[in-house]
Amino acid sequence: MGKKKKSALQVILEDAGIEFDGEVETDTESEEDEVKDKKTNKQPPRETGKTSRLQSKRQEKDKEDKEDKEDKEEDESKEEDNGSQQNRACRRKNYQRRNRDGKKAREEESQKKDRGKTAPTKDQKDSENKEKKTTKRGKEGKKDRKNSTSSASSNSSDEESLSEEELAMLKEQVEQKKKLISTMRNKPWRMVKKLSVLREAQDFVEKFEGALGKGKGKKLYAYKMMMAKKWVKFKRDFENFKTQCIPWEMKIKEVESHFGSSVASYFIFLRWMYGVNLVLFALIFGLVIIPEVLMGMPYGSLPRKTVPRAEQETAMDFSVLWDFEGYIKYSALFYGYYNNQRTIGWLKYRLPMAYFTVGISVFGYSLMVVIRSMARNANESTADGDDNNFIFSWKMFTSWDYLIGNPETADNKFASITTSFKESIVDEQESNKDENIHLRRFLRVLANVLIICCLCGSGYLIYFVVKRSQTFSKMQNVGWYERNEVEIVMSLLGMFCPPLFETIAALENYHPRIGLKWQLGRIFALFLGNLYTFLLALMDDVNEKLAEEDVVKNITHWTLLGHHNSSAGNASAVTPPPLDPADVPRGPCWETTVGIEFVRLTVSDILVTYITILVGDFIRACFVRFVNYCWCWDLEAGFPSYAEFDISGNVLGLVFNQGMIWMGSFYAPGLVGINVLRLLTSMYFQCWAVMSSNVPHARVFKASKSNNFYMGLLLLILFLSLLPVAYTIMSLPPSFDCGPFSGKKRMYDVIQETIELDFPLFVAKIFSYVANPGLIIPAILLMVLTIYYLNAVSKAYQRANAELKKKMQMQREEEKNKRNNKASTNPMLQDLEDLLTPSTKTESPPKQAEDKKTESLNGSSPVRKPGRGEVLAGSPMASGRGAAFTPPSQAFVTQPRTLGVRAPYPGQPRPWGHPLGPVPGRGRGQPCYPPWAAR
Amino acid sequence: MGNKQTIFTQEQLDAYQDCTFFTRKEILRLFYRYRDLAPQLVPLDYSDKPAVTLPYELIGSMPELKDNPFRQRIAEVFSEHGDGNMTLDDFLDMFSVLSEMAPRDLKAYYAFKIYDFNNDDYICKSDLEKTVNKLTRNELTPEEVSLVCEKVIYEADVDNDGKLSLADFQHMIIRAPDFLRPHSCWAQLHAEDLYSLIVTPTDI
Repeated sequence: MGKKKKSALQVILEDAGIEFDGEVETDTESEEDEVKDKKTNKQPPRETGKTSRLQSKRQEKDKEDKEDKEDKEEDESKEEDNGSQQNRACRRKNYQRRNRDGKKAREEESQKKDRGKTAPTKDQKDSENKEKKTTKRGKEGKKDRKNSTSSASSNSSDEESLSEEELAMLKEQVEQKKKLISTMRNKPWRMVKKLSVLREAQDFVEKFEGALGKGKGKKLYAYKMMMAKKWVKFKRDFENFKTQCIPWEMKIKEVESHFGSSVASYFIFLRWMYGVNLVLFALIFGLVIIPEVLMGMPYGSLPRKTVPRAEQETAMDFSVLWDFEGYIKYSALFYGYYNNQRTIGWLKYRLPMAYFTVGISVFGYSLMVVIRSMARNANESTADGDDNNFIFSWKMFTSWDYLIGNPETADNKFASITTSFKESIVDEQESNKDENIHLRRFLRVLANVLIICCLCGSGYLIYFVVKRSQTFSKMQNVGWYERNEVEIVMSLLGMFCPPLFETIAALENYHPRIGLKWQLGRIFALFLGNLYTFLLALMDDVNEKLAEEDVVKNITHWTLLGHHNSSAGNASAVTPPPLDPADVPRGPCWETTVGIEFVRLTVSDILVTYITILVGDFIRACFVRFVNYCWCWDLEAGFPSYAEFDISGNVLGLVFNQGMIWMGSFYAPGLVGINVLRLLTSMYFQCWAVMSSNVPHARVFKASKSNNFYMGLLLLILFLSLLPVAYTIMSLPPSFDCGPFSGKKRMYDVIQETIELDFPLFVAKIFSYVANPGLIIPAILLMVLTIYYLNAVSKAYQRANAELKKKMQMQREEEKNKRNNKASTNPMLQDLEDLLTPSTKTESPPKQAEDKKTESLNGSSPVRKPGRGEVLAGSPMASGRGAAFTPPSQAFVTQPRTLGVRAPYPGQPRPWGHPLGPVPGRGRGQPCYPPWAAR
Repeated sequence: MGNKQTIFTQEQLDAYQDCTFFTRKEILRLFYRYRDLAPQLVPLDYSDKPAVTLPYELIGSMPELKDNPFRQRIAEVFSEHGDGNMTLDDFLDMFSVLSEMAPRDLKAYYAFKIYDFNNDDYICKSDLEKTVNKLTRNELTPEEVSLVCEKVIYEADVDNDGKLSLADFQHMIIRAPDFLRPHSCWAQLHAEDLYSLIVTPTDI
């Protein structure tokens, strides 16, 4: 009686289990299941016994196939294409399943027919679906069914708790179904399957719990979904907005995608420079030029604000204006225009003071911003570079943007992916390069010697030429060549040395990124000669002007005196008519001369750069492109070919240009405005030129993460340009009749004056104390010590960082090795075990699963209770399908593949290797069938 | 407005909502997108589940997929028979997985299938080569391609079997900073039109 009762219960529970795991069944099917419930109650127990045995067999097979279980389930395309094996597996399972309950199979057939009625054309497809479903059901179901059966057998002893247990179980299952419904959309199943599983789950829930899982929850979910989507959209819009706010980001990205990050780094540098110059421009225009224009004395009111009588005829001619003479010279763009009045306008704006502080703060701000940007870059480059284990993998699998929906963007993306692959390949090849290290070293030393020789030679040449030009300038009638010798030599050097350096650098065979740095440094050293001659010439000029000034000062003095005397002699009572400002004799005003010199240089530099681009790149590209049709050799591949973008030349041009701006901006406040215009136009012009007429480098290489090298050059230039300006401010007397500091001994006197006149007395006292060398020297010492300390600390951190990185790397390697060892040793162990039990193996090939079952069965009831608990805990297997498909990578990965055959699936209850089991050594136990299986 | 009820039954709509990441309106919108591909083939009444499949040529010409180097693979993976021909269900499935709301795991699973060209459940070297060539439009030389593939296998193959399993793939992809997310700015900007097609609910 007990037997019969038990089997009935078992059947019920099993059916429940089937229903639970066999989610694939449609609603009709589940209804039929319900009918079947009653029918199977009357079925002889033998069938269930057979069922379980078959089931166990299937389990063994499943274990064999477990390796590729997940993929097998879903992949129908595979089933179609190369899935002979899979298909076999499916059919096998299907067959078993049908064997197990042919009744069910028949039901399915009938259902198939039903479906066929509704959609006759889909018959074939449906049958395939069915097949798949059954396969899946078999797989998913096996575990729960097993658990349910085992728990059922365990529960058979106490009949009282039956209904309660069953109820709890049902409840559990309903919960699981609900969960399944809510996570249905996360499952990687086909829609057909999802739909059917969903319907079944819903029916199940409805059957056992009424109409739940619909209604309010759904609405809430929809609302949540909507909000989430809105949030995502908002975030994306915001991101878009942010990117759109970055100027020229698109342009630069486009250049980057075709020419690589190294070329893009130049444009990023250009953009950064533009930003800095905008700030300088705002500072100078807002605090100096605009106040002067608005509140200062108007043009013509003072000699320094008037064009001298002799020049007035031609002051508006274009040729004169083009040389920044005439009206431009006597405008607020240059130093000489400013008056030395302490305060101007109704605001009592202290213009000379403002002029001086702005001049200083231009340098202060530039220094600060360069150093801050360098520090940030250094930070970023150390923070980012930790995880580079998957450079190529990520490039391959995540670089395509699935949202691209426009051919142009797609082209760009293809180009950028190709470029980035090439960049990484270059890096990789460089790191793998091993060759004759001694030869390489020798070649590098040789190259450096050659280049130092070149530099020395060119330095001497410049020195020689400058000396010669000084003697020429003293002579009267010199030819055109003698007059322009310095410029000609300089431009010849600038034209031929960089390619020469590049040729020599080929000897060194550095990584192109490092090669670029060397090249930059060398050309920088060459150009320093340029700077040196320019400054030398300028200083000569200034000294000349200073000497001239002394003479003029006397003349002016006497002229004014004479004017007064003459007017006084004519009519003593009447005040003399003021001398027209245009007639007053002027000093040479060396500050304005210097300013004009810098402006001229900047403008000519702009023109030369643009013309070079136009001729050297664009015209050449046009020539190569169009004349190629009628030429005797291939122009594109052969000699002229297209130009490459010259990163080093362009970066250095930018850096030196900025040096000119820094040096000149004190004497020509308008210079920054010109530079802003220059950078703006050059951004568009060069972007266009590079896209239209240049070709990418043969070896596209990745720019270093921080362009700190450019910044370093910039800092050097900033320092170099600070020196002459500071020298002129501190040690040259300002002109007596022009500029905001006229009449003072030194320019910085304006600060002392302000402190004495406008601040309370104690400030002046404090200032005098602070300026005391006794205080300054200790302060400098303290700073040096601080720098030393901080440097030491940062070095220590760096070392620690490197150490940690190394450790991490080693750990990873170790882990990998361990895994490999496991994978390699495990089959060996398995073989050993098999050798130990040859008899069992021959008797029942799939013994392992049986053994496991034995163990689980032979455990006494206390073992089984937790087993049932595990059913509850583990049965969300079906709902947690997604998790099974994509298990937590860690857990999954740590299982070697060969181990995976035996290892308990995460979340799958399998009391395998339980200490209570009578046969602890797996594989050696007798294939003793569980009592319920033996029946 | 009246045709809303005639295309799908309420039940179907509810079920689709449960099975995809879309709301009702979006599902209807996607249906119209599907139908617009071949108005003469797709009926306006889907309540009795007509067995309509659209050929790959039509699916692949959609603006969302037109420029995607993997469009054929995507269509094959999501189509029922692996031939790229899609039913409405497949179509909804595809957009659901590709939509923004789909979780990473799901996307990673399908991404693996997409990159697994020969359907052997492993991404092996030939798959990788195909991927690289598709991504770069055959711009790399064969040596470069093979170098890249070797590097990928070296990096991502945890169990050293010379090919990437799903677990390897996930292990690698989960660490990726920007997996299947719009990250490059110009893509984002141009993605708007596609985005509106998939997600923005507009009244039909």
